[in-house]
Amino acid sequence: MVARIFGFAAVATCLAMPVFAAVALSDAAGSYTISPAGSSIRFSVGKAGGGGLAGAFARFKGSIRIDNSNIGRSQVNITIFPESVGTGQRRVDAFLRSDAVFDAANNPEIQFRSTSVKRTGDTSALVTGRLTARGKTFPEKFTAELSAFKAGTIRFHVTGKVLRSRYGMDVGTPIYSNVVDFDMMLTGRRR
Amino acid sequence: MPASITNSTSRYGWAAIVLHWLIAAIFIGQFVLGLVMMRLSSQRTAFELIQLHKSFGFLLLGLVILRIAWRLGNAVPALPRSVEPFERRVAPLVHFVLYGFQLALPLSGWALVSVSMLEIPSMPFNLFVMPDLPLAESDPAESFWTSAHWYLAYAGIGLVALHIAAALRHHFWLKDAVLTRMIAPSSDHNTE
Repeated sequence: MVARIFGFAAVATCLAMPVFAAVALSDAAGSYTISPAGSSIRFSVGKAGGGGLAGAFARFKGSIRIDNSNIGRSQVNITIFPESVGTGQRRVDAFLRSDAVFDAANNPEIQFRSTSVKRTGDTSALVTGRLTARGKTFPEKFTAELSAFKAGTIRFHVTGKVLRSRYGMDVGTPIYSNVVDFDMMLTGRRR
Repeated sequence: MPASITNSTSRYGWAAIVLHWLIAAIFIGQFVLGLVMMRLSSQRTAFELIQLHKSFGFLLLGLVILRIAWRLGNAVPALPRSVEPFERRVAPLVHFVLYGFQLALPLSGWALVSVSMLEIPSMPFNLFVMPDLPLAESDPAESFWTSAHWYLAYAGIGLVALHIAAALRHHFWLKDAVLTRMIAPSSDHNTE
C-alpha cells in the first residue's frame, strides 16, 4: 500500500513537471522491452454492496516501440501469463486460474496487440488494440500517461476498463461487476 | 374458505400446511444441493450452486421465521386420542427441536459466509445484497462455522428422516390422521 501511494505520488509529481512537454519525440523514439522489475499489472473488480476484488499478474512480458516520425505508428504488445494471478487469497487465485475464469491450463497467455496509438496530450495517448483471452479477441482501449523518461528507460501509467463477459469470464455477475479496471505501470528499457 | 387458512384446535389450516411442505422441500433440497456443490470438479458450477444454496438458505430463514410466528399466533391442533401418553409428551419436544434446526441451519450458513475471508457478498436470487452478520472474519472462524453447518446439516437431515418415519408409522401402521391432516385441512370430526 505504501509503495502504491508513493507510486501515485510519483506520477502526480511527474505530471506536474513541465519537463515532459519538452521530451522530444526523437529522444523517446525507439524500441523498449517491458521490464517486470519496474512494472506492475493490477486489476480490480467491483462488488455488489461496495468494495472489490483486487489482484495483480506477477508474470508478463512485452514491448513498446515509439515511432520516430509518427507517434500513431507506435506499437505496444503485452503478453500476460494468467497462471501468475495473485489476490492474496489462495482459494480466489485457484478459482481465477481454473476454467471458471482464465482456464490458464488451456489458455496460458492473454495477449494485447495495439492497432493504433493516438496522442491525446503532451504526455498522454489513447492506445487501441486487440485483446485475446480464452480464444476470444475484441478491440479494447487503454489510456497511457507518460510518467518518467530518462536514460533509456520509459515509464507509462496505463489504465483501462475491460468487460470480462465477452471473454467467457462472466462468472459471478452481478455479484461481481462485469467491468474489470486495469491499472498498469509499464517500465520499458531501451533495447 | 378463509376459515380454512388458520388452524383450529382439531386441524391444521392451509397456511401451516403450505409452510410445512414448502419448508420441507427447501430443507431437503438444500441438503442435496449442499452435498452436490461441495463435490463438483467445475469451479464455475460450484460457485453458482453455492450462490443458489445461499439464496434458498435466506428464503428458508424467512419462511421459518414466518412459520414460527404463525405457530405462536395460532391454535395448535390436538393429537388424535389414539396417540399414546409417551408420544404425546415427546412430540412437542421433537417439533421444538425441528424448529431449532430449521433456524440454526440457515443462521450457521449465514455466519459461515459472514466470517469467510473470501468476502463473497450474499445476493439472494440476485435481487438485493444481504448484509453479513456482524462477526469477525478469520480463517479459524470460517472453519468453525463450516464444521457447525456440516454437523447441523447431518443431524438435521437425520431428524427429518425420523420425522418422516414417524409420520409413515402413524399413517400405515397406526392408521390415524396424523399424516393426512398435514396434507389438507380435515373436517373437524375426523380428529379428537
